[in-house]
Amino acid sequence: MTDSNKTPRLLLLLDILAGLGVLAAFLLVMLYAPIELTMGRVQKVFYFHVAASWSGMLGFLVATVAAIAYLKTNDLRWDIASLAGVEIGMVFIALGIISGSIWARPVWNTWWTWDPRLTTTLIMELIYSAYLLLRGGVDDPVRRAKLSAVYAIVGFTSVPLTFISIRVFRTIHPVLVGSSDPSLGTFAMSPRMQAAFFGSLAAFTLLFIALYWHRYRLGSAQSAVMQKRMEIEAGGEQ
Amino acid sequence: MTPDTTAYMIAGFVVIIGGILVYVLSLYLRQAKVKKDALTLHDYEQDV
Repeated sequence: MTDSNKTPRLLLLLDILAGLGVLAAFLLVMLYAPIELTMGRVQKVFYFHVAASWSGMLGFLVATVAAIAYLKTNDLRWDIASLAGVEIGMVFIALGIISGSIWARPVWNTWWTWDPRLTTTLIMELIYSAYLLLRGGVDDPVRRAKLSAVYAIVGFTSVPLTFISIRVFRTIHPVLVGSSDPSLGTFAMSPRMQAAFFGSLAAFTLLFIALYWHRYRLGSAQSAVMQKRMEIEAGGEQ
Repeated sequence: MTPDTTAYMIAGFVVIIGGILVYVLSLYLRQAKVKKDALTLHDYEQDV
């Protein structure tokens, strides 16, 4: 084992900051943000629901940038970086979908509806599920990286489509960023609500960076082990 | 009157925080497995 296998101090610091950040955001949401009058306590889920969805889309954005970098450089480290972004993005989007469904049950009186935002989010998640299936079906690392990079770039079109879906189509999903039209489901956030909202966004962004770094390190370690195994097998055959 | 939706709030936070913890655990377990594999390969190389 080498020193490179040890977790960097900066990453450990980031882990602590992310953990404390999420805890602080949780306390802000539970103790500082007021209870919304028409929805009741379930509205508090919204702060983490939006933050998780934001982190998910951030993951897909990072995956796309890494995919472009791979196609330019043919450096397999960018492929590892792209995969890390997709995996974490999928986890956060899945959490966003499930928590949104739980919020919708008492507010919309249904667990699920084929609303444009919900539908495009589900399609986005399925597109990235297919990315993982694609990777699993190709053995050659270089071919897999190239195909995955192209797919990640094309698949990213689903992200802005999901983001703008509530602004372009008729929808019952609240529009909170870039709209002040109450007919779009916008509800005014009081200063305390804004503190909980932006605190949650900041905490989840820190958490995303920490998780992404860990996932990238895992991918690098897996790649190194695979390389070593192939070298030993090649040496044994000679 | 404000409805009592506390149970849904708890369920929402359990899903999000629980989901993150499960993912962190999966990262830890996979990292531990890779470390073990690397050690096994290292030992094999030493023996050969």
